[in-house]
Amino acid sequence: MPADLRDARRWYAEMVLARRFEEEAERAFRRGKIGGYLHLYSGQEAVAAGWLAELRDDDIFFTAYRDHAHALFRGTPPGAVMAELFGKATGVAKGKGGSMHLFDVPRGFYGGYGIVGGHIPLATGAAYALRYLGTDRICLCFLGDGAMNSGSFHEPVNMAGLWGRDGLCPVVYIVENNQYGMGTSVARASAVPDLASRFAAYAIEHERADGMDFLAVRRLARRVIARVRSTGRPYAVEMLTYRFAGHGAADLFQPYRTKEEVTKARAHDPITLLERRLREAGVLDEAEVVRIHEEAAAAVAEAVRFAEESPEPDRDELWTDVYG
Amino acid sequence: MAELTYRDALRTTLIEEMDRDPTVVLLGEDIGLYQGTFRVTADLLERYGPRRVIDTPISELGFVGAAIGMAMLGLRPVVEVMTWNFSLLALDQIVNNAAKLRYFSGGQVEAPLVIRGPNGAGVQLSAQHSQSLEALYAHIPGLYVVAPATPAEAKGLLRTAIRGRNPVIFLENAALYGMKGEVPDGEFALPFGRAEVVRRGRDVTVAAYSRMLHVALAAADRLQGEGIQAEVINLRTLRPLDVDTVAESVGRTHRAVVVQEQWRLFGAAAEIAASIYEQAFDQLDAPVERVTGADVPMPYARNLELLAVPHEEDIVRAVKKTLYKA
Repeated sequence: MPADLRDARRWYAEMVLARRFEEEAERAFRRGKIGGYLHLYSGQEAVAAGWLAELRDDDIFFTAYRDHAHALFRGTPPGAVMAELFGKATGVAKGKGGSMHLFDVPRGFYGGYGIVGGHIPLATGAAYALRYLGTDRICLCFLGDGAMNSGSFHEPVNMAGLWGRDGLCPVVYIVENNQYGMGTSVARASAVPDLASRFAAYAIEHERADGMDFLAVRRLARRVIARVRSTGRPYAVEMLTYRFAGHGAADLFQPYRTKEEVTKARAHDPITLLERRLREAGVLDEAEVVRIHEEAAAAVAEAVRFAEESPEPDRDELWTDVYG
Repeated sequence: MAELTYRDALRTTLIEEMDRDPTVVLLGEDIGLYQGTFRVTADLLERYGPRRVIDTPISELGFVGAAIGMAMLGLRPVVEVMTWNFSLLALDQIVNNAAKLRYFSGGQVEAPLVIRGPNGAGVQLSAQHSQSLEALYAHIPGLYVVAPATPAEAKGLLRTAIRGRNPVIFLENAALYGMKGEVPDGEFALPFGRAEVVRRGRDVTVAAYSRMLHVALAAADRLQGEGIQAEVINLRTLRPLDVDTVAESVGRTHRAVVVQEQWRLFGAAAEIAASIYEQAFDQLDAPVERVTGADVPMPYARNLELLAVPHEEDIVRAVKKTLYKA
C-alpha cells in the first residue's frame, strides 16, 4: 500500500464524522439547542484534516471561529465539542466559550477566536515562544481569506518575517480561502486576489494549493511542516477551498452567491473525492463506506445525547476563570 | 534602602526579574538600540540580547498580540507601549484576547503579561499624546490596572505584576519618571488591591493615585496651614480597587474628595464616589466631591493645558466645599 494511503481510510472516516457533526449541529441549532452563532466547516474538511494529520502531538495550532472540525480532527471527543455548543458544563470550555471559542490545550489546540484576524498575532507570538524555549515544536495558524485584509494580519506577519530571519518563528499561516469573508467575495475584498502572493511583502515563503484533495494537502503539509520545523522560519499556504454552508447558520438566503455556484462547488466535495481515490486504489470498498457512515452517525448521535443530557454549568461558574 | 528615581526603580525591577526568570522577555518600540523613549529599558539590550529585549516595528496591535501569544505558551512578556495613547491601536488584543482568554477557554489558558508605559498629560503634547486612559481598562474584567505613584510603588507593584498570572495594565506617568524616593532593596513587592493611607487627618478623606497623589499631598499641606487636616489615601491599583480602606477612612472623617487626572464622565472617581455612597453613606456629612480633568481633548496652548488638569487649589476648593467653607 502506498505510504499516502496508509491511514487515509482513518482520515476519510474523520472527515465523514466532521461532516455529520456539522449537519447535526445545524439541526440542533434549528431546534434551539445551540444559541448564538454557528459557523459550519462543511466543504473545507480536507484542509484541516490534511494539515492536522501531519502535525506532531506536541505541536500547537490556532484557528478562527469555524473551528469544530479542527477540534475533532485533533482528537477532542465529539461529545465534549457538542456539549460546548449546547452550553453545557461538560463542554471543552465548561460551556463558557461556545462554538467560536473551542479550546483543547492538552491536544495543542490554543483556541478558536471570534474576531476576524484577531488570533494571528497570538499564533505568531506563540511560535516565537516555542523557539525561545528551545523546542522544535511548531505552530499552525489557520485563518480565512477575509482575515488577510485586516491590520491584525499585516502587523504580526511582518514581525514573523523579521523573526524568521533568526529562525525564531516556526509558524505556518494556512489561509483557508473559501472564497468569501462572510458575504463578501475575495474579488470584492482583496485588491490582490492572489492571496498567497501577498506574503511576498513580508519575505515569507508561500504557495497556493488545492485545498479539496486531502491526499495532496497532506503531502504539502508534510513537506512544509518539516521545513518550518528545521528552519524556524514562517511559511504560508493559500488553500483553495469552498464553504458549502452559509457564513453562519443564520445565513439562510445567501444573497451574495448563486445556487448554481454552490451546486457546482458541491460536485467537488472533498469527502467524495477522497472516497473515490481510496476506492480506485482498492483500499476502500462499498461495505466499508457504509460502515464508516453508520459509525459516524452513531458517534454524532451519541455526542448529541451526551450534550442533551449533560448538566448546565453550575451557577458559581459565572465567577470562575476571570483571574488566576 | 536606596534612593532611586521612578525610572530606575522600574529598570532595577526589570533587571532583577530578568536575572531571576529567563522566561521574562521585553517587547516594544525602540526599547533596545534606542534605549527606550523614557530610558526605562536603557542598556537592557546589551545585557540580555535581542531574543529577550525585542525591538518591534511600530505596530501595537501586532506586538501586543504577539506578547499575549507568548504568554499563553509560558513566557512572561513585559510590553512597553511608548505611551498609553498608542495602546488604543492594540485595544482589540488587550480587551478581546488578553482579558478573556482564561474565561472563554474555561480556565485552560492564561496570559500573564504586563503592558507598561506612560499615561497622562505631558508637556504640551496636545490631544493624541496626553490622555489618561485608566478607566477604559479598569472597566474590563480579566485585567488588573495598576498606577504607581512613587519609586517604591513602581518597584513593588511591577514585581507583583511580572510574577502574577494575569494581564496587568501598568500605568506609569511621564511626569514621575525623574522623581526620587526611597526604594526597598531586593525582593520587595506590593500586593494589588491594597490602598495606603499616606497621611492621617481627621477632617476629610482625599483619595488619589499616580501623579495626582502628589497634587493631593500638596493640597493637604496647604490645608494644614488653614487648620484643616486631610487624610490622603493612595489607591495604587484601580482594579482591584480597595474600597474598604477608603470607606473606613470616610468613617473617621465623614467627608470625601476623589481626585483623578482623567476626564470626569465615567471616570475612576465616579466609581469610587459611588462605592463610598454604597459602603459609607450613613457616615457622610457632605456629598462626595470629584476633582477631575476637564472633559475636553487636551489643548496644546500652555495656558489651556494647565486649565485642563487638576491642581492643588482645585483640591483645596473641593475639600472646603465638603466642609461647607467654600
